[in-house]
Amino acid sequence: MRSPKSKTVKPGILPGDLPKCPTGIHGLDEITFGGLPRGRPTLVCGGPGCGKTLLGMEFLVRGATEFDEPGVCLSFEETAGELASNVASLGFDVAGLIARKKLAIDHVHSDRSLIEEAGEYDLEALFIRLGHAVDSIGAKRVLLDSVEALFAELENEAILRSELRRLFRWLKEKNLTSVITGERGQSTLTPHGMEEYISDCVILLDHRVTETVLTRRLRVVKYRGSTHGTNEYPFLIERDGISVLPVTSIDLNYAASDDRVSTGVAGLDAMFGGKGYYRASGILVTGTAGTGKTSLAAHFVDAACARGERCAFFSFSESANQIIRNMRSIGIDLGRWVDKGLLHFQSSRPTTFGLEMHLIRIHKLIAEVDPSIVVMDAVTALLHSGAATEANSLLLRLLGFLKEKQITALLTTLTRGTDAQEQTDVDIASLVDTWLLLRDLESGGERNRGLYILKARGLAHSNQIREFLLTDHGAELREVYLGDAGLFTGSGRVTQEAKDASAALLARQEIEGRQRLLDRKRKALDAQIAALRVGLETEEHESRQLIAQEELKAKKWEQGRSEMARSRSADAGSPKRNRRAKARGGRK
Amino acid sequence: MKKSDRAGGVQPAKWLLKLYVAGQTPRSLQAFANLKRICEEHLAGEYEIEVVDLLKNPQLAEGDQILALPTVVRKLPEPVRKIIGDLSNIERALIGLDLRSRPPKADHERVKTG
Repeated sequence: MRSPKSKTVKPGILPGDLPKCPTGIHGLDEITFGGLPRGRPTLVCGGPGCGKTLLGMEFLVRGATEFDEPGVCLSFEETAGELASNVASLGFDVAGLIARKKLAIDHVHSDRSLIEEAGEYDLEALFIRLGHAVDSIGAKRVLLDSVEALFAELENEAILRSELRRLFRWLKEKNLTSVITGERGQSTLTPHGMEEYISDCVILLDHRVTETVLTRRLRVVKYRGSTHGTNEYPFLIERDGISVLPVTSIDLNYAASDDRVSTGVAGLDAMFGGKGYYRASGILVTGTAGTGKTSLAAHFVDAACARGERCAFFSFSESANQIIRNMRSIGIDLGRWVDKGLLHFQSSRPTTFGLEMHLIRIHKLIAEVDPSIVVMDAVTALLHSGAATEANSLLLRLLGFLKEKQITALLTTLTRGTDAQEQTDVDIASLVDTWLLLRDLESGGERNRGLYILKARGLAHSNQIREFLLTDHGAELREVYLGDAGLFTGSGRVTQEAKDASAALLARQEIEGRQRLLDRKRKALDAQIAALRVGLETEEHESRQLIAQEELKAKKWEQGRSEMARSRSADAGSPKRNRRAKARGGRK
Repeated sequence: MKKSDRAGGVQPAKWLLKLYVAGQTPRSLQAFANLKRICEEHLAGEYEIEVVDLLKNPQLAEGDQILALPTVVRKLPEPVRKIIGDLSNIERALIGLDLRSRPPKADHERVKTG
């Protein structure tokens, strides 16, 4: 009973056309673009202890609980009781599911030493048992756990092979989505070449130990009729089942935000044109020990929480309490944000788990908290818990994931004093958008902290070094003293500033003295001018008086003449003369 | 096809053999015939054969851990033993039923061909 749709499916066409059966396993459905091929068998193979049975059981349990698809497990190795107790640790209530007829487990077991093969036979009983179990609960999913165990129990391999082929065909005909587990073979995927029979979908599980740390990996070797993620994906067996991390399926097409987010330090904001980092960018803070990387991170988080944003703080070197206490000493109270549920700490020792485990734990917390800001303090420690190349790719995937989620990430790495300052352990510099370097500036018998912005993609930023001070009310950035005598920080800067101040004072006093001298001169001059003016005025006055007297004198003389004339004209006055005399007077 | 061949009247049989089959296929009929012949030859009057058709009672397969068909389960005498196949290889069927001791490994071929 295949769905009519599946008949039209040809290999190599777009995902989504093939009917899929979601497994409900974290991440696996993402890698396979929707799940396992519906109504077809899937081979899950891998070495002992790599989690095949668990994957199969989770497929059944999630099918029964989340997708209302009951499942049958035909177990060739473990009894129903053993299986139930094995997965009970993952919170799967197998007994309850069996009681509610959502799950059926049939343990198929035979002891070769008690069996004699005498003549022709087939495995019809297996079909009957499976068919009976499927019919009794209306199963849609089937798990055949290590069907290859039959090769150890039966002598006649030819019969077994043809019967297994018939079994897989039968599963398809019944439209049962099945998971068939198999051991890992030497040259083939499975010792008995089961992949020849199950060609629709093959998933390979693997676990290996790199530098004492175990990493589990999953790879979809083949998926007929569908695209799928082709990489090896790390996976974990955790408290609530398997988590696969399909991190590299993310393309480089995340949105770039124009939104800015404060660094939490006013001086640093100013270095970025007064606005801070880009939102959803990756920020790397590198520095030698004790240069204030965590403090810078704490400021960033504090500012974000104050805006009401949620933050996740992953620490690989200190416990949450230790960070909170230490940050209190510089006046940052992170404890209140934890209480308010805005800040979530996750502290773990880097060596406790493998890289992938860390990665998955980070993913889980991010999924739970949905933060806008993530801090990873001392990624270096994390990087040293695995091989360097893996660490690099892991960080790359993580940063990609965070960008995809529009989360601003601040990572700190510790550089050794002997390393080149601008070299990070893994070349994560190309992965981040903004890179701050904190370094010690040693001069005058003391170490001071200096901060540079090594790069800031797409951001106008200061190219200056700043002195980075940790005070009891937080971090501060100061302009370093850069003068004729060179670059000074710390007390050197203070001394130099004092020297400068006194020199400035002297200069000011000099100027003031000159000013006063000038004032005095001006006053003296003014006095002279005033005296001269007084003299001038006196002279002017005298002159005027003189003029006035002269005029008066002239007037009087004229008056005397005209009176004389008048007295004469009484005798011999001619009108003509009179007239001339008048005109003269008038002209005057 | 369900049959009980009992010899010896009311006395419970010394040998209790269950033959599991799925329907009356040529192979299951062959198996029954071969089993009957062996019993008559070696266990006349002491045996009982019970035929279980799994098509009718599929739930019975689990109890005796039946995988292959046909299967003969020797329930009595204990210990339980199983012989799978149509019993066309009489020698091996006899060994399976513990009616003949297993030949030493080196002689295995000889016994089988003989």
